[in-house]
Amino acid sequence: MSPLALIRSAETGPRRLRDGLVRVAEAAVTPLELGDVLDVFNPLRSGAPLRGRIVEVRPETATSATLVIKPGQDWAGHVPGQYVRVGVDVDGVRLWRTYSLTHGPTLDGCISITVKAIPDGVVSGYLVHRSRPGQMLQLDQAQGDFVLPVPLPAKLLLVTAGSGITPVIGMLRNLFSRAEPAAGGPDQLVLLHSALARADVIFGDELRGYAAEGRLRLVELHTDVDGMLDVADLEAMVPDLAERTTYACGPVGLLDAIEAHHAERGLPLHVERFRPKTVAPGEGGTLTFVSGETVEADGSTPILDAAEDAGVLMPSGCRMGICFGCVLPMTEGAVRDMRNGELTIAVPGETNPDGVPIQTCISAAAGACSINH
Amino acid sequence: MTTITKKPESPIAHLTEADIEQIGTELDAIRQDILDDRGERDAAYIRKVVSSQRKLELGSRALLLASVLPPAWFLGTTGLSVAKILENMEIGHNVMHGQWDWMRDPKIHSTTWEWDNASTAEGWKHSHNEIHHTYTNIVGKDNDLGYGIMRVDEDQRWHPMHLGQPLWNFINACVFEYGIAAYDLELGKNLAVPKEKRSETFKRNAKNTLRKIRRQATKDYVIHPTMALPTGSFLPTLAANITANLVRNLWSHSVIMCGHFPEGVETFEQKSIPENETRGQWYVRQMLGSANISGSSLMHFMTGNLSHQIEHHLFPDLPSNRYAEVAPRVKALFEKYDLAYHEAPLPAQVYSAWHKVIRLSLPNDWLATTTPKNAPQQVATLYKMTTGGPKVRRAAQARLQQQARKSA
Repeated sequence: MSPLALIRSAETGPRRLRDGLVRVAEAAVTPLELGDVLDVFNPLRSGAPLRGRIVEVRPETATSATLVIKPGQDWAGHVPGQYVRVGVDVDGVRLWRTYSLTHGPTLDGCISITVKAIPDGVVSGYLVHRSRPGQMLQLDQAQGDFVLPVPLPAKLLLVTAGSGITPVIGMLRNLFSRAEPAAGGPDQLVLLHSALARADVIFGDELRGYAAEGRLRLVELHTDVDGMLDVADLEAMVPDLAERTTYACGPVGLLDAIEAHHAERGLPLHVERFRPKTVAPGEGGTLTFVSGETVEADGSTPILDAAEDAGVLMPSGCRMGICFGCVLPMTEGAVRDMRNGELTIAVPGETNPDGVPIQTCISAAAGACSINH
Repeated sequence: MTTITKKPESPIAHLTEADIEQIGTELDAIRQDILDDRGERDAAYIRKVVSSQRKLELGSRALLLASVLPPAWFLGTTGLSVAKILENMEIGHNVMHGQWDWMRDPKIHSTTWEWDNASTAEGWKHSHNEIHHTYTNIVGKDNDLGYGIMRVDEDQRWHPMHLGQPLWNFINACVFEYGIAAYDLELGKNLAVPKEKRSETFKRNAKNTLRKIRRQATKDYVIHPTMALPTGSFLPTLAANITANLVRNLWSHSVIMCGHFPEGVETFEQKSIPENETRGQWYVRQMLGSANISGSSLMHFMTGNLSHQIEHHLFPDLPSNRYAEVAPRVKALFEKYDLAYHEAPLPAQVYSAWHKVIRLSLPNDWLATTTPKNAPQQVATLYKMTTGGPKVRRAAQARLQQQARKSA
């Protein structure tokens, strides 16, 4: 054996041994995957699907709470301002939503999200009022480009409304937590925040504290007293607006208005939209398959029949909803269970990224549907 | 037993078309009530069962590493048997039915589950969910009736080879997982086709099944015994795995045989099923074609709640932990419409099912007309029918029928 080959085998020896052991372990637990067995004991281990355990649920206002989460070992870290997709089992059903991370990286490795319970919000209501420490959540890696640039612009304006404060608080905490504050001061940082009432300001005390310490200039607007934030008033509230880079997060109406306002004046703007897409269920719709085929389906024909009639090769079984041989993932859209009218909705970025499985033989289109097939 | 349409008095003769549709509506309402209430409690249940089963299996296998010691062997083998039964019945069978798909958890989902059995999940879902649950008890269509190897109905002509069916049934019970794999593949039918003409689907499925069998056998009969080698427990561990698989096979075979085979359960002729069977008609066929096992909640759990076979066949996609809950309402519906709700303890149902296997292994009416007194003549008749040609059989059969009518 050449010296080079010897060196190589010495290097790969331990790895080959490890791979061999893994193969034996896999053969010992088949038909399960090794991970399924390890998950029983350590669901947060490296190599597991990314999950997190709720460590603390801290109420912020009457309708919002911060969840401190210990993420799995494979959590790749994040930049303040980014968001994370969270899978929550509500009444036994796994639902996915996206929330902003409200802290920069912390020493204990925990992450936090702050959730505002919106009216009829299934997931937000659950997380704020019913979630408990110890519960497991499904996670995705942090995403999003709503982050502050390095170095920080000389003058910043942060415009937030309601829960739109959540990505921004993460940025602020990160800036202020450094031993030597990298930035700050009422001249550099202006935060314009609008909420329904003073009591509804999430992180209200903390923000006012920052203002009192001179770390930023805080302009609070309370809808009950001051009315809705009107972008026409921006220049009055922030006289040096033209010199500032604006970061905005809040309801769609506000963001649209700021976009129009800033575009007109050619001012730099970054926005974060929480709900880029919504799906409103109707009757019938266009089915789109991954293969590129599209099929028009009415609201009274099973998707399976409509697709087959149009020549799409579909998996099928009993054709009466009992065998689950026709299940396909729907990545976007709404379908109605023809037996009881129940709606199943898939919203990209909100429901499972791989799609919501639907039984095509008893589901009729209730809007345009994208089906992963 | 004979198919329902050939019976002198059909058990559903008293039901009008409207009655049948009303039954459908009432059963749909029961189903909807469970759907409306289904939630966190059910999800917690299945997660707990899955994680307990995994711990039990791992614990038992760990004990078997020292199975050279008799207590370790005994405990480990018992635990492994129970774990395999739970995995196949309360978990695998029910998950693959899509009973837990509503949770949208990809780890507990009909499209991703693979079970600890020789048959592949894909093959099983086709033959069981699709064929058996749709065409339940239709002779010639539902292979669960005798698994294609037995005479399950008086209407099927008796042949001397049927004398062996109690033995086939017992052998099938011992190697049940392979029996299932074979019948998922429709092995008999497909092997009869010349090799070059076999369908691509069959070839692919057969390849997948062989791979599954190889993996399963390697795990149980090679890897785990070898891991026990350091304590000198190779052979005891091998024996433990064989025993656990045997126990699981016998148990699941018994439970499944009780589901559709006890006396009194109806079978159907394919031509009697309307082309567009309504939901009500389908429900009624499920009601007549299944039998329950009564017993403790532990018994129900160990059968994967297939002891609630009637409820399972009516609502194959409801979570198994809910069958016990709907059973009283279903039973009341049977009473309301004067239908027989077949329910008996396990030993009675196993006896009944075996009695039927034996009765049908013999010519029609032979068992019924045999008494201790005429036994020698009856055995002689049977011998003649076994060794004689079709003509002899027909003549002897006619005499048996006459005899049965006279004594009735």
